[in-house]
Amino acid sequence: MVELAMGIMLGLCGVGAGIALIAGIGPGIGEGQAVAAACEAIGRQPEAKSDVTSTMIMGCAIAETTGLYGLIIGILLIFVAPGIFSGVLKDTVLALK
Amino acid sequence: MTEEKRGGDRRFRRTDRLLIALMILPLLGCIVLKVLFTPESEGVDISGAMIFLELPAPVQPLVITESQVNSWAIMLSLLGLCLYLTHGLKEKAETKRQLIAEWIVEKCEGLVNANMGERFAGYEYLVAAIMGLSALSSLSCLIGLFAPTGDVNITAGWAILVFALVTWTKLQGGFLNYLKGFTEPIPVFTPMNFISEFSLPVSMAFRHYGNVMSGAVISALVGTALRGLSRLVLGWIPVVGTIPLLQIGLPAILSIYFDVFSGLMQAFIFAMLTMLNVSGAFPQEAWEKRQQKKAIRKQRAAMAKA
Repeated sequence: MVELAMGIMLGLCGVGAGIALIAGIGPGIGEGQAVAAACEAIGRQPEAKSDVTSTMIMGCAIAETTGLYGLIIGILLIFVAPGIFSGVLKDTVLALK
Repeated sequence: MTEEKRGGDRRFRRTDRLLIALMILPLLGCIVLKVLFTPESEGVDISGAMIFLELPAPVQPLVITESQVNSWAIMLSLLGLCLYLTHGLKEKAETKRQLIAEWIVEKCEGLVNANMGERFAGYEYLVAAIMGLSALSSLSCLIGLFAPTGDVNITAGWAILVFALVTWTKLQGGFLNYLKGFTEPIPVFTPMNFISEFSLPVSMAFRHYGNVMSGAVISALVGTALRGLSRLVLGWIPVVGTIPLLQIGLPAILSIYFDVFSGLMQAFIFAMLTMLNVSGAFPQEAWEKRQQKKAIRKQRAAMAKA
């Protein structure tokens, strides 16, 4: 019984990490659009290249944040959560006995 | 005369050597500590910072981790670097190091002036310190140390510092104005404004930490996978098989991107966000309005006196 619960817990942690990384879609599309717009701007005004590039990098970094939240949740679910949850599970089993 | 000069020269060189030692020794000490404390393992070793020491404390044991020790060592080494660069300054730049130091200072002043305006002169020291510390921390994994920026506690500390600075700058406009800022544009938005206020340190900390740590995790995964692959492919050759030959090459390219490029980029972005947030906390127009109001009040007082 405990093994089954442990297996379900670990599997769901993995599934949750996978779902959390869906958050990467948004920043991917957004950054792609930002870079496309920056390329257009540089093409139109090549002399403003350095300004456009630094602003684009800044914007990309800010747009990236939501994706990083997903990534951090995924990493926590894989490396940290199983330890905590298995401790909780053990405590519950001991309490039931 | 020449005797005196030679003596001064010797003292100068001795101080130089001391400063170089101050630059290098903390990092060497960190490597030694890491070698002493690392447990032997063969599998995928993706872990956070190692714990060196646990001191007893009332609520919770006070933990001294690798990232704390490394970050203090990097601070010391950065201090050594700064002292070395500014050692023996002359009015007219003669030495290479003085040129480098002047270039760094000029660049930082230019960056701060361009992004924060003249009003925030004096912030270039903070910005340069944050940028240098962050860049050196991220680069420290090139010599095999655990990068302190890969630990959320370190970046959270910096982010809280920036948050305190932003709040302090906002309070410059008056406490009531600060409170009023939460109810804009309409009072219904107050809870959301609170959340967005506190999301600043969280997002700053997580951005830096997430970038550096995800690079470290991916590097470790690729390295382990290549080791397994080379054991699988080349394992049957007697002597050569024991060496993970496939591990040569690809991890270095990954390291150039994740450690060098991404680390320096994040340092720049963290400093940039610090500047933008601090200068945005008390905009130029508000400052000018305040100065005008003050001038009018002064005039009125003078008139009343007259």
